[in-house]
Amino acid sequence: MSDNGDARYGEPTLVKGNEAICEGAIWGGCRYFFGYPITPQNQIPEYMSHRLPEVGGVFLQGESELASINMVYGASAAGARVMTTSSSPGISLMTEGISYLVASELPAVLVNVTRGGPGLGNIAAAQSDYNQATRMGHGDMPMIVFGPNSVQELYDHTAWAFQLADEARAPVLILADAVLGQMMEPMRPRIDDHPPAPDKPWATNGCKGREPNVVNSLYADHDDMETVNLRVRQRYAEASKRCLRWAEHQTDDAELLLVAYGTSARVCETVVTRLREAGTKAGLLRPVTLRPFASERIGELAEQARRVVVVEMNMGQMVDDVRLAVNGRCPVDFTGRTGGNIPSVEEILTAINEHSPVAG
Amino acid sequence: MAEAQVVFTPPESLSDTLMHYCPGCTHGSLHRLVAEIIDELGVRESTVGICPVGCAVYAYNYFEVDMIEAAHGRAPAVATGVKRVRDDCTVFTYQGDGDLASIGMGEIVHAAARNEAITVVFVNNGVFGMTQGQMAPTTLIGQKASTAPAGRRPEHEGFPVRVVEMLNALEGPTYLARSSMASPRWIRDTKKKLRNAFKAQTEHHGFGLVEVLSSCPTWWGMTPKEALDWMESTVVDYYPIEEFRALPEGDTEGE
Ligand SMILES: Cc1ncc(C[n+]2csc(CCOP(=O)(O)OP(=O)(O)O)c2C)c(N)n1
Ligand code: SF4
Ligand SMILES: [Mg+2]
Repeated sequence: MSDNGDARYGEPTLVKGNEAICEGAIWGGCRYFFGYPITPQNQIPEYMSHRLPEVGGVFLQGESELASINMVYGASAAGARVMTTSSSPGISLMTEGISYLVASELPAVLVNVTRGGPGLGNIAAAQSDYNQATRMGHGDMPMIVFGPNSVQELYDHTAWAFQLADEARAPVLILADAVLGQMMEPMRPRIDDHPPAPDKPWATNGCKGREPNVVNSLYADHDDMETVNLRVRQRYAEASKRCLRWAEHQTDDAELLLVAYGTSARVCETVVTRLREAGTKAGLLRPVTLRPFASERIGELAEQARRVVVVEMNMGQMVDDVRLAVNGRCPVDFTGRTGGNIPSVEEILTAINEHSPVAG
Repeated sequence: MAEAQVVFTPPESLSDTLMHYCPGCTHGSLHRLVAEIIDELGVRESTVGICPVGCAVYAYNYFEVDMIEAAHGRAPAVATGVKRVRDDCTVFTYQGDGDLASIGMGEIVHAAARNEAITVVFVNNGVFGMTQGQMAPTTLIGQKASTAPAGRRPEHEGFPVRVVEMLNALEGPTYLARSSMASPRWIRDTKKKLRNAFKAQTEHHGFGLVEVLSSCPTWWGMTPKEALDWMESTVVDYYPIEEFRALPEGDTEGE
């Protein structure tokens, strides 16, 4: 979204990923933050606790993730731009509340700075919450999920998420990881004004001059619940058209197509270079939104590819979405590391070569 | 014949929707008290109510104010979110004993500890009404429930929780009281205490809670009258009716 010639952006400075999330949020109009500490995202609540009061906002540390997501629910119902951030086990605790946000048609921005799991796991970077993020929550609910791969994208995605959430009247989730959160990179902040928030005539903030509003997710009548689900899905579909993003690297003539997002996509860029040096026509497609997913484009590229290899920091989650997108056009293989490990360039090359008619 | 005169009107803050509560259930009268107080304080148009998951889940159909339906037990957190955004609003939660004292114990304790400027109407009927009469944290020793068929045994299910006394150990809260819906006398007392709990918010920017002893004739297996009598004869022995923390000097209305 940012490039050097874009007048909406200021001069680059060196920024840490977790702080980029905060500044992106502030630019996006976020004035309320409720959250519970968990590594590796603690810099976010710490930063927000001093930054939000500077812009007339409120930071409050919730007593748990359960409380925090429900404080978000209340603040959103009252019409505010609000966010919470957490990491894997904390997101598990928030999941009921996220489902309530969807059903009650409430916007909010959520960030998962993913750590190794399952269980308490560890605080290393992982992509093991892909399925949780993209299949989030009980009930028939969609979820917009971003998968940034740089400090700049952490900033841009978070900044944009508030507008998108308001338009879709739905929560938007940014799926980051411990490496992205902790690393420092040059980042260009927005220097223009963020677009005005849409009116929220549905907000529950006192019924002066109108009939009382109700924010609710209880629909005892099946047909009523179906109507709401269809309405939510319709808004999600419209928002999806606007927000679907992916990035391509040397895909024009790619016979070996790598698909990876976030941190593992950074590793895969080097893998593509190495494969090209060895004479293999390799390319990389990086989903930028994880839901909606670039299925159509992956399908197109699979027409020319002889093989697709999906690389993840887990035991194979996004690969299912890629297989659906490829739909049998060519073989789809997977390689990855789990438990908080990042697959190295060598490991990925070895995996590709071990069972590859293309690179082998 | 003398011209008809209007001598009694329903509160503006209460809708005329037919309530779904069982015959003899005290939820309905308690709604009315809350609505009267909102009217009397003149805050209807700036009030946001949070309903629980429990028999009062449909309270959003009964109060003529902005309403939010919260996840089970999380009403104090939702109320906190609203209040931190709109400090000018009067925010109340209406919660049962399963909602507040079981699944939502964390949220109520911390809202009270923060002296969050909200009002909590806590309905203690000693049972999970909505889900058909299971044991609540407030179920009395010996009291039967669908998940305690032999009656609550302290050695197995532990002792009932006295929520107000427990919250009274905290420095934070501005107003804490227990009242009862067992008879007109106690209903009048409940109204006074509820008004104090609202004033804790509107005049002292603090946390106010009233634990209201209520009846659930359906799952207690009693007639409405028997249920009220049992509250008077037995329930109050364990749950004393008292104002545990009064409003700051000279601003309290209690019996
Ligand atoms: C997360 C979750 N767990 C359990 C339930 C089921 N449930 C609904 S109401 C309720 C208990 C309500 O009891 P109480 O709060 O005492 O309210 P009452 O009906 O007695 O007024 C339970 C367990 C739920 N809706 N959500
Ligand atoms: S089940 Fe009990 S609490 Fe619920 S409406 Fe009936 S009497 Fe009232
Ligand atoms: Mg109950």
